[in-house]
Amino acid sequence: MKVSESWLREWVNPDINTADLMEQLTMAGLEVDGVEAAAGEFSGVLVGEIVSIEQHPDADKLRVCQVAGHPEGMRQVVCGAPNARAGIKIPFATVGSLLPPDENGKPFKIKKAKLRGVESHGMLCAQNELQVGEDSDGIWELPASVETGADLREVLNLDDKLIEIDLTPNRGDCLSIKGVARDVGVLNRVAVSEPQIDAVAAISGETFPVTITAGKQCPRYVGRVIKGVNLNQTSPLWMQEKLRRAGNRSISPVVDVTNFVLLELGQPMHAFDLGTLKQGINVRMAEQGEELTLLDGQEVKLNADTLVIADAERAIAMAGIMGGEATAVSDTTQDIFLESAFFDPIAIAGRARNYGLHTDSSHRYERGVDYQLQEQAIERATELLMSIVGGEPGPLVLVESADHMPAERSVTLRRERILRGLGFAMDDAEVVDILTRLGLGLLNTRETGWEFSVPSYRFDISIEEDLLEELARVYGYNNLPTTSLVADLALLPREEAKIGLPVVRRQLIARGYQEAIAYSFVEPKLLALFDPSATPVKLLNPISADMAVMRTTLWPGLVTALQYNLNRQQSRVRLFETGQRFVRRASGLAQEPVVAGLIYGERGAEAWSSEPGKVDFYDIKGDLESVLNLVGDDSVFTFEKAENDALHPGQSAAVLKNGEVVGYVGALHPQIQQELGIAQPVYLFEVNQASVLLASIPAFQELSKFPEVRRDLALLIDREIPAQNLVNTARNGAGEHLVDLKVFDVYQGEGIDPHRKSVALGLTFQHPSRTLTEDEINASVDTVVKQLETEFNATQR
Amino acid sequence: MDNLAALTEEALKLVAEAQDMAALDHVRVEYLGKKGQITALLKTLGKLSAEERPAAGAEINKAKQQVQEQITVAKDGFEKAAIDEKLASETIDVTLSGRGQTNGGLHPVTRTLQRIEDIFAAAGYDVEEGPEIEDDFHNFEALNIPAHHPARAMHDTFYVDPAQLDDPDGTYVLRTHTSGVQVRTMENKEPPIRIICPGRVYRCDSDLTHTPMFHQVEGLVVDKDISFADLKGTVSQFLKAFFEKDVEVRFRPSYFPFTEPSAEMDIQCTNCGGEGCRVCSNTGWLEVGGCGMVHPNVFKASGVDPEVYTGFAFGMGADRLAMLRYGVNDLRLFFESDLKFLRQF
Repeated sequence: MKVSESWLREWVNPDINTADLMEQLTMAGLEVDGVEAAAGEFSGVLVGEIVSIEQHPDADKLRVCQVAGHPEGMRQVVCGAPNARAGIKIPFATVGSLLPPDENGKPFKIKKAKLRGVESHGMLCAQNELQVGEDSDGIWELPASVETGADLREVLNLDDKLIEIDLTPNRGDCLSIKGVARDVGVLNRVAVSEPQIDAVAAISGETFPVTITAGKQCPRYVGRVIKGVNLNQTSPLWMQEKLRRAGNRSISPVVDVTNFVLLELGQPMHAFDLGTLKQGINVRMAEQGEELTLLDGQEVKLNADTLVIADAERAIAMAGIMGGEATAVSDTTQDIFLESAFFDPIAIAGRARNYGLHTDSSHRYERGVDYQLQEQAIERATELLMSIVGGEPGPLVLVESADHMPAERSVTLRRERILRGLGFAMDDAEVVDILTRLGLGLLNTRETGWEFSVPSYRFDISIEEDLLEELARVYGYNNLPTTSLVADLALLPREEAKIGLPVVRRQLIARGYQEAIAYSFVEPKLLALFDPSATPVKLLNPISADMAVMRTTLWPGLVTALQYNLNRQQSRVRLFETGQRFVRRASGLAQEPVVAGLIYGERGAEAWSSEPGKVDFYDIKGDLESVLNLVGDDSVFTFEKAENDALHPGQSAAVLKNGEVVGYVGALHPQIQQELGIAQPVYLFEVNQASVLLASIPAFQELSKFPEVRRDLALLIDREIPAQNLVNTARNGAGEHLVDLKVFDVYQGEGIDPHRKSVALGLTFQHPSRTLTEDEINASVDTVVKQLETEFNATQR
Repeated sequence: MDNLAALTEEALKLVAEAQDMAALDHVRVEYLGKKGQITALLKTLGKLSAEERPAAGAEINKAKQQVQEQITVAKDGFEKAAIDEKLASETIDVTLSGRGQTNGGLHPVTRTLQRIEDIFAAAGYDVEEGPEIEDDFHNFEALNIPAHHPARAMHDTFYVDPAQLDDPDGTYVLRTHTSGVQVRTMENKEPPIRIICPGRVYRCDSDLTHTPMFHQVEGLVVDKDISFADLKGTVSQFLKAFFEKDVEVRFRPSYFPFTEPSAEMDIQCTNCGGEGCRVCSNTGWLEVGGCGMVHPNVFKASGVDPEVYTGFAFGMGADRLAMLRYGVNDLRLFFESDLKFLRQF
């Protein structure tokens, strides 16, 4: 909300400068977003009056004006503005005046000039040329009431500051000059002077009937007929200026007055053309699908949850949001019906947004308008209107649904609670002073504290904590004490088996991976490439089509990051990400934290020493195994050849922990690779964080003092048989004294049957308490060889 | 015996002239060996009288020793030269880089989050996490933000199609803050509670200074007699610890439905020290987050008795803290995964 400082100071005028005032507002919770001058820096600009005007002899677009207002008499000014005409008053920058500086900071000096051969003694200004507004369409037409020859700055009081206050939604009470003034008064402990608002005596007896059908939504409605208004008048300069500084254009006296009262007191109002209303006002809920054309010309189909003002035949306004076109005040209106109502915030909240609307009125009603303000506001508006457009006001019509009026609230405040909540004992007198200045009423004083009534404009106060906030806010958050938290320093068990995610990240970093963070929502088409069978969770209001569904795997994000970097001259990429994936499981939606990685390009960073070669499956598997090793006992993990839609069918494995699939590793499916235009193979892994974050705690085993014996076996088996199967069988057959078993060589190619491969196993035996005999070892090895023969048709080389 | 001096001189000369080990060995055999010329002189001792014999023997042994010493010196010289030559031939360029993978690095936001976790963990805070697709109750209702509350408009919420979720008629959102984790923690744990909740959050907003996904860290402390003064102390201490600087911190009244009183916290601009600059929009202050005393309605919704316990909560944007800490000037860089950017951290 934009607040004119001079208008505010008419209400409350503490002895502090603008900067201090702004600081004070910010520190009291009315955050000042910025401040601007009501006008640019200029001098020597007077109120001029175009006395006569004629066409420039040599230029179609220029005209020659005789302008009154200069102390030394009439001046000739050449002007190009399309709205220049005799009889209007305009800002007149006389020769020697300085206009607001340009971008270079130099003021613009007005000099005598010749335009196409005609002398010009000054300049007639548009709003933007004086930096008083945006309007650049023509010269600024001033109201006829300003005195010709007066200094423009003075007469318009332009040495004013406009303070932009960004109010939080709880402070609807500050959405007016009156409300801000009230807080400023409290903060500075100075009196606030409200304008005198008296009840206007009815001149006519004319009324218009009002019925409230929706009493819960509209507990209070005040209306008044004003007959015989003259709408050819314009609003007075002071009112136009106040509106302009709040960001409103002057439109017509009736609209201006209702806008003015909204800004001044915070009560939204509406004026209907009485002649267009049928029989009487009814405040009711809309019928589903009921049509209404709004003031801005927009046609809307109403929802049944929308409160409307209707007459006997139709909806004529969206209550508290916007009036209708058909019943709007126009130039030909003779009689008006003024509305000043209280609508329940809950009845208005969110409704404007449902229609894509947001108005000054809806903004205030949603946050709560003082429910005792309606009569005062309509009296204020009547008085102002009569002073501009005349007319005969009728008596007020007030319809109230007493049952639905907000209940009077009172809040108990305990002295002990102030101490406990704010950390210090505030002086009793100060407590009462702050709260009563804010408009709360002291109902009772008790030994333990007080009871206060809550004013009708403070919708945000209902419990004790709300009063603590008011005390803290006015006292000053930064004046309150600051302490260190005191807590029990008991030592707690530390779970050694828990591996933190930082450890996993560190491991991957040590293997050359860079961490990336991708958005959790991805493009549906891209995700479908990786996970065609998934039905991903959809966003109802995605920010764009390429961020419309929640990822079921982190791979699309990593591959997108790869592409981004490949497009920027990177040829070797190693990335990982940790985060949630959103997958459908039998038990419902699972939000599973996973860790995923991607490698691409050369095996080693380009260096004098690196072994040439592109990464392959075993590179990424090794990286993944280094993470799995963190768990301590890596025998719980196994790899199995597996099918995954995103991966190369011949180069993909499922990662199992104790027999349960916890992830996948493999080469990106060549078809996806091709579709995404990626030149070389991409290798990926993704595993559940849960499977790697729980480690086993080491348990010591007695060392054997007796020698180890190693036997190597070179075996030929069919190519399709996974080495792991061989290892499993060999381990089972080798007996209890096998202490290590490794595959130390795999060969296929020349010298071997093309359907077979050679696998070399190294078996190490050791006994804990004696030396194994040659016979024992031979027996074990023979068993292994026999079992491998039977199971895999393995032959020794 | 008469030619001892001449033989010795001859041998010493040959030692001095020797070019390699073989030549030295030859001298040793020729003069000092069993059949060597100087050794042979010992056999002539028998011709001398018993009185002369010891002195003559001593003289021969002295000559042998002298030659042997010179041979040893020369030998050592050759050995050293050989080692020197070997070392010289094995010299490498030690300025070349080492072999193996170069390290990758953490994302700056993760780095920041881990740092924040470390700071709080050192004071006994636990880290709690929660779901990112959150139900309306935990993201809004339990936090005292009923439907149609104007504060909902502040959140630019992403709504999730409930069709694939557990309750197809429910309202689900991408969490707009990590505050839901507070509620979940209080539902499951008795006070005293001291936790922080880091994580991804989402708002339907994207421009120069907003990304639709960003990171928050929330803190929650619930115990008997927790006051606003404790909140101020904790948040100030954290900010000073995080920036490793005695930064000035100020608290401004604000509004969050889930805290009362509520505050926004500012630090003196880390770029200009409060003078006013582009980073702080010439205000000298930087907004770093919001905080407040837990609202009794939140306690009630989470099953904590507000008459027994009080507590505070605070929330900060981790991305913003990372930007301030490392001087990153464009939020969007965090989510582009540009290696040239990521490698800087």
